[in-house]
Amino acid sequence: MTRPVYLVDGARTPFLKARGGPGPFTPVDLAVQCGRPLLMRQPMPRSAFDLVILGCVNVIQDEMNPARVAALRLGMGDEQVAFTMQINCGSGMQSIDTAFRYIRDGSHEMILAGGTEALSHAPLVYNRKATEWFGGMAQARGAMDKAAKLTELRPDFFSPVIGLERGLTDPITSLNMGQTAEVLAHRFGIDRETADAYAVDSHKRLAAAQAGGRLDREVLPAFDRDGVPHAADDGVRPDNSMAHLAKLNPAFEKPYGKVTAGNSSQITDGASWVILASETAVEAHGLEPIARLVDSEWAALDPSIMGLGPVLASTPLAQRHGLNVDDIDLWEINEAFAAQVLSCLAAWQDDDFCREVLGYDAAFGRIDRGRLNVDGGAISLGHPVGASGNKIVLHLANAMKTKGVRRGIATECIGGGLGGAMLLEAA
Amino acid sequence: MDVLEHIPRTPRPEDTPRPAGVDNWRYAKGEIAQLWLDCANTGTNVISEAVLRELDRLLDQIKTDQPRALAIRSAKAGGFAAGADIDGFANLRGESAVKMLEQGHAVLDKLSDLPFTTIAVVHGNTLGGGLELALACDHRIGVDGVKVGFPEVQLGLHPGLGGTFRLTRLIDPVAAMQMMLTGSSAHDRKARKLGILDALVPIRHVDAAISAAAAGKLEHDTGGLRATALRTRAGRSLAATRMRSEAEKKAPNQHYPAPYALINLWEDHGGDPSAMQKAEIASFAKLLDSATAQNLIRVFFLRRKLKSEGKGNDGIQHVHVIGAGAMGAEIAAWSAMQGKRVTLEDVALEPLGEAVKRAVGIYDKKHLSGIDARDALDRMMPDPEGLGRARADLVIEAAPEKLEIKEKIYASLDGVMKPDAILASNTSSLRLADLVAATPDAGRFAGLHFFNPVSQMPLVEVVSHDAAEAKTLDRLAAFAEGIDRLPARVTDYPGFLVNRILGPYLMEAMVMLEEGKTKEDIDRAALAFGMPMGPVTLADQVGLDICLEVAKSLRHSLDRPMADTPDWLAEMVAQGHVGRKSGRGLYNYDTRETPPDTPADDPPDEIIDRLILPMCDAGVECLRKGVAQDADTVDAAVIFGTGWAPFRGGPMHYAKVRREVPRRLEALAADHGARFDPDKGWASFG
Repeated sequence: MTRPVYLVDGARTPFLKARGGPGPFTPVDLAVQCGRPLLMRQPMPRSAFDLVILGCVNVIQDEMNPARVAALRLGMGDEQVAFTMQINCGSGMQSIDTAFRYIRDGSHEMILAGGTEALSHAPLVYNRKATEWFGGMAQARGAMDKAAKLTELRPDFFSPVIGLERGLTDPITSLNMGQTAEVLAHRFGIDRETADAYAVDSHKRLAAAQAGGRLDREVLPAFDRDGVPHAADDGVRPDNSMAHLAKLNPAFEKPYGKVTAGNSSQITDGASWVILASETAVEAHGLEPIARLVDSEWAALDPSIMGLGPVLASTPLAQRHGLNVDDIDLWEINEAFAAQVLSCLAAWQDDDFCREVLGYDAAFGRIDRGRLNVDGGAISLGHPVGASGNKIVLHLANAMKTKGVRRGIATECIGGGLGGAMLLEAA
Repeated sequence: MDVLEHIPRTPRPEDTPRPAGVDNWRYAKGEIAQLWLDCANTGTNVISEAVLRELDRLLDQIKTDQPRALAIRSAKAGGFAAGADIDGFANLRGESAVKMLEQGHAVLDKLSDLPFTTIAVVHGNTLGGGLELALACDHRIGVDGVKVGFPEVQLGLHPGLGGTFRLTRLIDPVAAMQMMLTGSSAHDRKARKLGILDALVPIRHVDAAISAAAAGKLEHDTGGLRATALRTRAGRSLAATRMRSEAEKKAPNQHYPAPYALINLWEDHGGDPSAMQKAEIASFAKLLDSATAQNLIRVFFLRRKLKSEGKGNDGIQHVHVIGAGAMGAEIAAWSAMQGKRVTLEDVALEPLGEAVKRAVGIYDKKHLSGIDARDALDRMMPDPEGLGRARADLVIEAAPEKLEIKEKIYASLDGVMKPDAILASNTSSLRLADLVAATPDAGRFAGLHFFNPVSQMPLVEVVSHDAAEAKTLDRLAAFAEGIDRLPARVTDYPGFLVNRILGPYLMEAMVMLEEGKTKEDIDRAALAFGMPMGPVTLADQVGLDICLEVAKSLRHSLDRPMADTPDWLAEMVAQGHVGRKSGRGLYNYDTRETPPDTPADDPPDEIIDRLILPMCDAGVECLRKGVAQDADTVDAAVIFGTGWAPFRGGPMHYAKVRREVPRRLEALAADHGARFDPDKGWASFG
């Protein structure tokens, strides 16, 4: 039995740029900030949810299984089953996909699926030598033993490894994520100007969406303990220009690299939730869905070119449903790097690639920029890794509704060499 | 389903029978005998005369049973014992008080002299007489969350069942005195650290801890070096001098004699327990006779009276507060702290942010644990879109005091609120009669008037009007009681009850300033009377803008002459100098000017009478008009809403004791004008 699955509503926090030092919210704080008003604005009681799934990559020590902690802090009750998912940058979409499949297959009626990340809280990790010394110190018994252990202390024990930097480095190829974008830029001939132009556009689109009120229902203000209201994504630079971006040095491969801080996604904190429901639940509670989830796909490839993940994950969706490039009205491709998004577009326009890798007779075709990331993306609003996949599905649904179009795909590349994609249709 | 509720709990005190002829104890024989305190027909144990009398008999029996040890514990979920039975001793005087105290001491001495190990297991509230019972045992095992303390000083007394000599002997005497002088209690780990508890365990390890105590494995650490030094009279005198000067800052001897009696007791007899025991009895009996103790005991009963006004179920889980100004924010933060789900609405984001910050500050001041503060903050949701309107069981409007603003809000709630939800206004200067027409449902509308700051002022006026349903008022009173505030039921009247009474106090101070009296002289005279704050300081605290509004509304809507407001007050408000909140009011806080906090030594009667007697007069007027149902409600509301000199028992009680108030008012009217004309209600008062 497969049943229709609806995306009823969703909300996210503003994405808050990491500005040195931990931000005001932990991963679960973020999930609570946007989860509270989301649950408040829908008519069903909290008890109507069968399950809570939350994607999160960098879980902090005080919040093991953040999904369960968030569910309890949202007042969803002791009986609320909740689990956390981690598939790196795909975590927030994996939570939606899991919920989608559970409901489609008939075991669940309504699920709260989200993603959260506080990259500014990524820990400083002590290096291995220091960790071993701490362990030895803890086991030392008696003053003499402790004193002896103390003499083994070395200054370099305390040169911390920045956890975030380790997290953004592929453990198999040892390439930094930015370097994987450099590989793609090289292979697909993406130059610096094209990448920068894409980035400038991303900022202008987000600024226009904010000014036009198109994010008002999606982005809900978060309030920190110092009394500061955070109302909007704060990484946006509407005044960004080619001239400004041209001044930046390559971030990962000096001096010749093409990937800079300006044409990459920003490091931010943020959370996003969507409510998924069966037809039965929609009718029982009189809900008004935004969109219907149709299908999903995950794909894997060489980690050094993980940025092509969207191409490998989305194409099977198009093929299964017999869709041409023109049949897909809107695309959300997560903007990890401008060069990476542009490489995906180039791959779909490449006859050889589409024949050899995707099994088409010729190129899939050109995706119109007017249909792609219409309200900006991770370059302008940031990439809180566990939340991004959730956010692009939510925003795709909202943008489809605003524009009154029928069909859309949200897709993302995933560090480690994966891609995820979801196909949505108007409700 | 709450699974925890369905897992059996052991041991169950109900399984132990009450011995024949005993109402308040359960007794189980055994190698370790168990004695459960379980006062009949109540959910809270108190140490009454009957409890002690029955204990006396039981101890004789237990002696003949010859157990290896005796454990005394409580069968009540809420705690060991809340204190002595105040109803039982409030009316005792002189010799009869001494006699009853001596009997009680004899019982606790008998307990303390038993030839086998005695162990008190204390949990929850273990206060006053309850703690004294525990102190008479050899060991005290605390259960996590236990709270021990001697709050007697708040009643104008000190411990009277052996607490003074037992606690000062058990732990560091200075720490012991500190606890008794301030009346503040020690929570679990603090009590363990002080040495009041010999062990602190989770409930599941109580039996193991009792066995350990019975086997002599529980050690008690005594007070250490300082305790030894204070066994000498000279050492105690030095410490006592410091304690007296500390006490004088908070509670002048003239109004609050108990702390000084306690200090004397310890200074004179701290080295000799049996002498101190005798002196404790005499001193307690003497304090009990004092007007201060009698009035403070009266305040205790007034609190209980107001609490009982809020009985029943409020049916309110979710509160929606409209308006995130200081009041709205405090109401929201306090309600969330007390377990309600709260949404706080405002048109702007900044005040909502400020409200969160304010809540953090309140939770900090109230010593909430990190987890409790987080949960309270999670329950309090800033709600710029007003999503809570449709989900709340109670909507509290705390918007600016403008009729049009409130009317607009009420209109927008029509058809949005849940069918049985209540709408309450926190207005202080508007009349409900003027607001009710705009509300969606007059029957489910009423006033719910909090006092600033909500986290410190326990009173809430539940204000009725002609069309309000009784159920609405009952639910609001229950709501107030449920969030640990005290409801006073009043009717719709200019200023309601408390502000009608407080208004003349503030207005007369402005007249005196106009006459050229200094603000310090005025404030210090009021402090000398026992007010927590002089009227000038209070006006700054409340806000001169609000004072002006209240004064205007009183003057316009009361059919009696009121004091004029000097023009310079309106000018100050116009210039934005509205008091503490703006940094400058009648005192200039920006330049660090601090209002006086020491009472005048010899305050002029004229200032005091001009400030205080109009409050008594307004109270009589309110009684005549039926604003409050009785004089006790007036006294309770004024004390809990304003901090009005509690040791004087309230303005109505003060008037009753002083007797000549109407005559004095007439004299003031002759000197200062018709605003002092006594109300006609005096004829039937007293």
